[in-house]
Amino acid sequence: MASSTELTPTSYIDHHLTNLTVQVKDGAFWVLHVDTIVTSMILGFISFGFIWLVVRKATSGVPSKWQAFVELAVEFVDNEVKNTFHGNRHVFVAPTALTVFVWVLMMNAMDILPIDILAWVYEHVFGLHNWRSVPTTDVNTTFALALSIWFLMIFFSLKVKGFGGWMHELFCTPFGKNPLLWVLNLLFNFIEYVSKPLSHSLRLFGNIYAGEIIFLLLGMWAATGVTGAFFGAILGAGWAIFHILIVTLQAFIFMMLTVVYISMAHESH
Amino acid sequence: MNINFTLISQAIAFSIFIWFTVKYVWPPLLRAIEDRQKMIADGLAAGERGRHELELASQRSSDVIKEAKQRAAEIVLQAEKRATEIIEEAKNTAKEEGERIVAGAKADIEHEMFSAKETLRQHVAELAIAGATKILRREVDLKAHADMLATIEEDFK
Repeated sequence: MASSTELTPTSYIDHHLTNLTVQVKDGAFWVLHVDTIVTSMILGFISFGFIWLVVRKATSGVPSKWQAFVELAVEFVDNEVKNTFHGNRHVFVAPTALTVFVWVLMMNAMDILPIDILAWVYEHVFGLHNWRSVPTTDVNTTFALALSIWFLMIFFSLKVKGFGGWMHELFCTPFGKNPLLWVLNLLFNFIEYVSKPLSHSLRLFGNIYAGEIIFLLLGMWAATGVTGAFFGAILGAGWAIFHILIVTLQAFIFMMLTVVYISMAHESH
Repeated sequence: MNINFTLISQAIAFSIFIWFTVKYVWPPLLRAIEDRQKMIADGLAAGERGRHELELASQRSSDVIKEAKQRAAEIVLQAEKRATEIIEEAKNTAKEEGERIVAGAKADIEHEMFSAKETLRQHVAELAIAGATKILRREVDLKAHADMLATIEEDFK
C-alpha cells in the first residue's frame, strides 16, 4: 500500500476491492471494469491458446504429455456431460462445458496468487493503482456467464420444442394442463427462470469473493505485528490450500449447472 | 455489486471462447481420442485373437508331438523286430554257408587223397617194374623172350 497515505483496514480492503474503471459513455451503466476484462481475456487466451496449440498437433497415436493433459480435462468434462445430457453432446454442449470449466477455473485460480504481491506488481511494474486480479469476484463476470447460459437455455428450448412447445411447458408444467393452474404454472416457471441465473452466478461470485475477503482479512492480521504475521502466514497458507479445492469445486459446479440447465432445455416434460 | 457494461463485454468474450472451442478445439481432439479408442479396441481384439490362436497352435503342436512320439515308438519296435529277423537270417545263412564250405573242403580233401593214392600207386608200380626190370635183366634169355614176345604179337594179330 505504498501509495496510501494512511493505512487503515477500510482503506486496505477498499483498495483491493476497487476496480479500474473506464467510462465508455455517459450513464452509470456504461462503465467498463478494465481489470476484469483484461485479466479474463488474458486467461482465456492463455488457456484456450494453449489447448489449441496442443490440439493442432493432436495425434491418435501415442499422445505427448501435453496432449495427454488436455485429453484428461476433455475426457473428464465429456464424461460429466455424457451422464447428464442425452443427445449429440459433441456438437455444442460438451465443448461449451469445457469452455466454462477451463475459463472459470483459470479465473478462480487467480485467487490463489498472493494478493498483496500482485498489488505491488500492478502498482510498481504496470503503474496501476487499482487492479482486481480475480475476474470471478466481479459480479459482472459471473452474471455475464450465467445470463449467456440463460439465453442458451431459452434458445435451445425454442429450438427443440418450438415456440408452441415452450409456451405449453411454461403454462402446463409442473402442475398440470387445467386452465385454472395456468397462472400458477407460469408464476412457478417465472420464478424458476429468474432463480436459475441468480443462483448460478451468485454461487460462484459468493464463494470466490468470500475467499478473497478471507485472504484480505488474513493480510490485515499479518500487518499487526510479528504474531499476526506468523499466524496470518500459516492460516493464509492453509486457506490457500483449501482454496484449491474451492476454486476447482466452484468451476466444476458452474460447469455442471451449465450442462444441467442446457440439458433441461432439451428435454420436454 | 454494480452491474455495468462489463457484463456485456464479458458475455461477448464468453461467446467468442465458446465458438472457438466448439469449432477449433473440440472436434480435432475428439477425433484423435476416438481414433485412438478404436485403435486400442482393435489392438485388444487382435491380442485376444492372437491368444486364441496361440492356444489352438499349442494344442495342435502337442497333438503333433504326441503322434510323433507314438510313431517313433512304433518305428523303434518295428526296427527291433526287423533287427532280430536280420540277425536270425544272417545266422541261418552263415550256418548254411559254413556247411557248404565244410562240404566243399571235405570233397576237396577226398579228391586230394584219391589223387595222392593214385600217384602213390603209380610210383609203387613204377618201382615194382624197375625192380622187376633189374631182376629180369640178370636172368634174361633174349631168345626165349623174343619168342615169347613174338607169340604175344602173334596173339594180337
